[in-house]
Amino acid sequence: MRRALISALVGGFVACLAITATQQAVVVPLILKAETFEEAKGDTPKPAAHDHGAAAGPGHRHDEEGWKPAEGLERAAFTALANLGVGIGFALILVAAYTLSGREVDGRQGLLWGAAGFLTFALAPSLGLPPELPGSVAAALLPRQAWWLASALATGTGLALIVFGRHVALKLLGVAAIVLPHVVGAPHPPMGEAGAAPPELAARFAVMSLATAAVFWAVLGWVSGAVWRRVS
Amino acid sequence: MSRIAATAAAGLTDLSGRLGRAAILALVGVLLVFITGFAHPELVHNATHDARHAFAFPCH
Repeated sequence: MRRALISALVGGFVACLAITATQQAVVVPLILKAETFEEAKGDTPKPAAHDHGAAAGPGHRHDEEGWKPAEGLERAAFTALANLGVGIGFALILVAAYTLSGREVDGRQGLLWGAAGFLTFALAPSLGLPPELPGSVAAALLPRQAWWLASALATGTGLALIVFGRHVALKLLGVAAIVLPHVVGAPHPPMGEAGAAPPELAARFAVMSLATAAVFWAVLGWVSGAVWRRVS
Repeated sequence: MSRIAATAAAGLTDLSGRLGRAAILALVGVLLVFITGFAHPELVHNATHDARHAFAFPCH
């Protein structure tokens, strides 16, 4: 247990440092830019100020907000803190997988586990719910969160069945589990509605977001695996 | 107990131990990711806003 906790804490912390730097360089500027479009759109009488699309649930509008971090350093600090939470959280899930597998894990093995984490928690959910800029048009929040979690669960289970399943039927079941959420389909807003930001910005954001997620998972897997091997 | 049975029993104990530890680790991990990435309270949402967008968690 000590080994798992140390690997998760070190891996999560280092991945947080890596992702925070990468995000601030290539992702956050796009978010800030999108917010200027979101605000500009909010100034027009229709649609309602900062409403994230007609299909979005009530209570998620920006115009009635309470506390939020001040622009600049404070906002970046809270983003870094959130990255630490996500980093250690995902690291704990990763070392839980190391523990369950009972296999030897080192830096290189960890990198493979990290690749599985990227497929499970970044790429697969993004196929149904592409990374969204502020001001995007989207379906209601709860069904989207539910689909995100379901697709991550199905992809993780499916990958485990494909990699560790001894019988070909189990591997086929794994493929089916990965495909299923996409056959069911993610909740989407009605076609034809456009978000506040230009599509070019949204496209850049989607790619940058996935690229930084890949960096995050590579660092997380490598470092947690390397520490796992040394601590024992 | 035969040696094979003893080995099998030890293997089972080992598996159940691993299962328990993995469950606890995963549960705490999921809880952390849930709070930072998914929890609805406005305060949490506003503090984690940029990270949520950057990680492509559904936001708003």
